[in-house]
Amino acid sequence: MNETAPRQRTVISAASKPAMPPYIKLRHDAGRNRWIILAPERLFDPDEIAVEVLKLCDGERTVGDIADRLGKEYNAPREDIEADIIAMLQDLADKGVVKA
Amino acid sequence: MNESAAANVKHVKEGTVTMDAGEMRCDASSAPSPDPTCAVRAPIGLLAELTHRCPLQCPYCSNPLDLEKVNVELSTEDWQSVMRQAAQLGILQIHLSGGEPTARRDLEEIVKTASEVGLYTNLITAAVLLKRDRLEKLKEAGLDHVQISIQDVDTAAENADRIGGYKGGSAKKKEVAGWVRDLGMPLTINAPIHRHNVHNVEAIINYAVELGAGRVEIAHVQYYAWALKNRSSLMPTREAFMEAARIVERERERLKGVIVIDAVVPDYYAKFPKPCMGGWGKGIINITPSGRVLPCHAAESITHLEFDNVRDRPLADIWLNGSAFQKYRGTSWMKEPCRTCPRREIDFGGCRCQAFALTGDAANTDPACSLSPLHEEWAKVAEVESHQSPPAFIYRRPGGATKKPAAEKTPETSDA
Repeated sequence: MNETAPRQRTVISAASKPAMPPYIKLRHDAGRNRWIILAPERLFDPDEIAVEVLKLCDGERTVGDIADRLGKEYNAPREDIEADIIAMLQDLADKGVVKA
Repeated sequence: MNESAAANVKHVKEGTVTMDAGEMRCDASSAPSPDPTCAVRAPIGLLAELTHRCPLQCPYCSNPLDLEKVNVELSTEDWQSVMRQAAQLGILQIHLSGGEPTARRDLEEIVKTASEVGLYTNLITAAVLLKRDRLEKLKEAGLDHVQISIQDVDTAAENADRIGGYKGGSAKKKEVAGWVRDLGMPLTINAPIHRHNVHNVEAIINYAVELGAGRVEIAHVQYYAWALKNRSSLMPTREAFMEAARIVERERERLKGVIVIDAVVPDYYAKFPKPCMGGWGKGIINITPSGRVLPCHAAESITHLEFDNVRDRPLADIWLNGSAFQKYRGTSWMKEPCRTCPRREIDFGGCRCQAFALTGDAANTDPACSLSPLHEEWAKVAEVESHQSPPAFIYRRPGGATKKPAAEKTPETSDA
């Protein structure tokens, strides 16, 4: 993965293959019984859906693949899920938490 | 860019644990205490001032005027114990700071322990002492993130080196920033802003992009400690500050997704006082080189407080029961107008240290608040000083604060 800061904004689409760079850490915080994302001088507090999505972001699956899978798992309209995931990942990409 | 979808369902909330030029913020949106009247919860950030030694002499340094000497510094084992205790206490992020943390030869060992116990490690450095192989060793030890401070852009290196009091510093920082990126580590550029570089804010942001930083802190100097000593040299005019603020807003939009721009406002020009430390004893612990445990890095300026030392008492006990932490934790210590103020849980009456320095009572409202009886007088200071010709810097060095008490009249060197 190219680690240099992007000179252009990463735009997330259904075809994007998102992943968290190695210095972003999705970790279970046992003391507070919640998942957290640790980033440079930042903390992110993902909800259950965000945790599910981020665990599937391995740099190989596309956003579309992830939407397929979660659509089946949660028995929810795939298009809604995909739009929701794209919005969430775009927000995280803008904050440097996700690369694609 | 249409972000309405994102606004509808927010799956990820954001909080910060950051140390910007003299201001530490902790506004983690998460982990609310189940009972709002119960103010004690686990801290999330620890600022470890490993040493007060520093090759730079920045006149706005947030260290106290009385710098601690090398012979009182905690040992490697002491700091390793602090890291283990911090993780047990629930702390998530460690800011390895100073002084200059790389002046300690055992930094790798401290980072290694912190990393092993699961802490996210941020190195807050001036970078001028770093060699490439040392940076590699720090990375191997588990260092997660590097923050490098700059004094100005590289094309104004002479000005940068004058501000930091260190020749060749600007060029060296640029070189180290390159190594950080070569090694695939995330980089933050921290730029303390004042009247000697406020005109360069746009260039500084672009320079941070050029250096490959994922974040840049446009950190207006906070006027405590050395910066308070040098306030008349450093205070920008309101007009210059407003222009810088406009640039930050514009660049934030233009560079969205390229770099995150964090801005710290000088409270002399802010509408409300800042929620110092996100609330006293609420989320952040500061430890000095000798092991004194503070609720805020400037807390020692409140002369009646007593601080515990990690050599004498467990960190958890200090956090929960230490008298300095209990003194201004929560809201029950407040007087009017804070006590009944609807913003009391938002800004916590501002900064205790500033209230103490300017009113003699740390429980008073910070004069940065418009409800303070001293507010107008206080705000006028910035207006007056920023329009006068700046006196020479009183550089940050051991004994430097007392050597020339009348520096305005008899400047040491005329380099301002």
